[in-house]
Amino acid sequence: MLIDLDKFIVEERPYWDELDRLLSRLEDDMGASANLEGVKRLYYLYQRCASDLAKVNTFAAEPALRQYLESLVGRAYGEIHEVRGRAARVRPVHWCRNTFPRTFRRHRRAFHVSLGAMMLGALFAALIMLARPDLKAFLIPPQFGHLYSDPSERVAQEEASDGDELEGFHARFSAMLIQNNTRVSILTMGAGLAWGLGSLLLLFQNGLILGAVAIDYILAGESVFLLGWLLPHGAVEIPCIILAGQAGLVLGGAIIGHGDSATLRTRLRRVGPDLVTLIAGVCILLIWAGIVEAFLSQYHEPHLPYALKIAFGATELVLLALYLFRSGLRGERRAAEAS
Amino acid sequence: MADLALVNRLDIRTPEGITFSKPLAGIPSRCVAWLVDTLARITCTVLISMALGWIVPVLPEFGAIVQLLIYVILGFGYNVGFEWFWHGQTLGKRLLRLRVMDAQGLRLQFHQIVLRNLIRPIDGMPAGYGVGLIAILLNRRNQRLGDLAGNTVVVRAPRLEEPDVEQVVGGKYNSFRDYPHLEARLRQRVTPEETSLLLQALLRRDQLDANARVVLYADMAAHFREYASFPEEATRGLTDEQYLRNVADSLFRRGSGARG
Repeated sequence: MLIDLDKFIVEERPYWDELDRLLSRLEDDMGASANLEGVKRLYYLYQRCASDLAKVNTFAAEPALRQYLESLVGRAYGEIHEVRGRAARVRPVHWCRNTFPRTFRRHRRAFHVSLGAMMLGALFAALIMLARPDLKAFLIPPQFGHLYSDPSERVAQEEASDGDELEGFHARFSAMLIQNNTRVSILTMGAGLAWGLGSLLLLFQNGLILGAVAIDYILAGESVFLLGWLLPHGAVEIPCIILAGQAGLVLGGAIIGHGDSATLRTRLRRVGPDLVTLIAGVCILLIWAGIVEAFLSQYHEPHLPYALKIAFGATELVLLALYLFRSGLRGERRAAEAS
Repeated sequence: MADLALVNRLDIRTPEGITFSKPLAGIPSRCVAWLVDTLARITCTVLISMALGWIVPVLPEFGAIVQLLIYVILGFGYNVGFEWFWHGQTLGKRLLRLRVMDAQGLRLQFHQIVLRNLIRPIDGMPAGYGVGLIAILLNRRNQRLGDLAGNTVVVRAPRLEEPDVEQVVGGKYNSFRDYPHLEARLRQRVTPEETSLLLQALLRRDQLDANARVVLYADMAAHFREYASFPEEATRGLTDEQYLRNVADSLFRRGSGARG
């Protein structure tokens, strides 16, 4: 098709400029919304611009004009064909009460698999430790080298200390724990990119460490110390790793796409918001776990009764379970009934 | 040249049947952008740490938390914040004219930006973005793992400028103007990529080695002769370079096209 380019540009330029202005306004103002007339106008301008691009595509001499129109059509296409909502107002209370627990429940099966992988690791380690206690150093990685010693010796040492080892160091220790646990959780989720296998392996490995330590202390008759030491922070920290694994398995499931006819990109697009919700929830919970580990878990009898620590940890665990399984359930049911 | 066919492109076909494409960013430009961002982050960290340096001796516990916050905010929040508020660009990407966009051309969502940056440590493993580089090399859309998870791509966003045609044409008489029907055929048949290539070849005339330039212009002139064969009197005495300049003038001159 041959066109009079000068005339064409002069005639169409006002429409391109108007579309550019409209798009800039929509892009800059995240909360912007248009009325029906505005939407109709946007769609008209988009169609006109797309039609101009089709004309210019046949006119070789204007690569710059083609690029300009492609950019404009691309931006308008993104705004018009996007079915996902614009970035909504941040509602932290609603997010905590509804979004996070509902997302967790929506992927309950992935959570069960994640929990199973960790328990399998723990069971495997426990069986190995029962048969060959000398393999403790093999099951527990070197960064936890302080756990290689005899549990009873450690308990005696901890109970004999004046409890001031962390004095002036609590916040730093807490920050270090939060940072490390967050890194491990993100890694566990990201490893799900390997068709979920990476997440399963990391969960199994974490289970191995947990199982080896637990059985070591139980066999040494230090179960009460173990619960008093691990439960206050572990009641949140361990579920967090399982939740991160859950996110990794959701990611892996989207990549495998078993029984789902949608394309990979569509599947990833679908699970993206849920992954971010799960990992954000994990990060928030880990802040609490880090604070508890630095300020409470490291204090033992006679400074702090084990019964109190165990009760605290058990309460946390029950509350966390109630929160994840029950919070926002009523609204969810109402929405299901309404639909 | 933004239109070289050698560059991987993201082609998007709209439901209206219109296709638009974006040139994908390659590894070198992404590496340079990353270096600029890293330098910016380090500079910010040092400056903020210096400004808040008085806190650590006075309140060591609080100071440690502040330092951690700075580390987290600048390490993770830098990319997320910039990419969200600058529509897919960080400082480095803006300097290198790169942009993160949705892989399907739709509006970039906040969770996509968060996801692509959450996976960054995995792309960074074992060192120097090893995993990410391998993923980019193996992927048609130059996506690292973070891009795959977030369903994003990094595209080149060149500045859109009108080409400097006057410099190429130079106001000399163009014998092709006497044959508007042949000029029209030329405009119809030459692709935008070829037009851009021609323009760049002429604009970069002085950067080319003299012998290489003669060979290149001869090849290009032979190529364009296949599209429209101008009569002997229009091409007599024309060097290959002048032939190409005449072609450029015919392609870019406005108001000369046949009316359709």
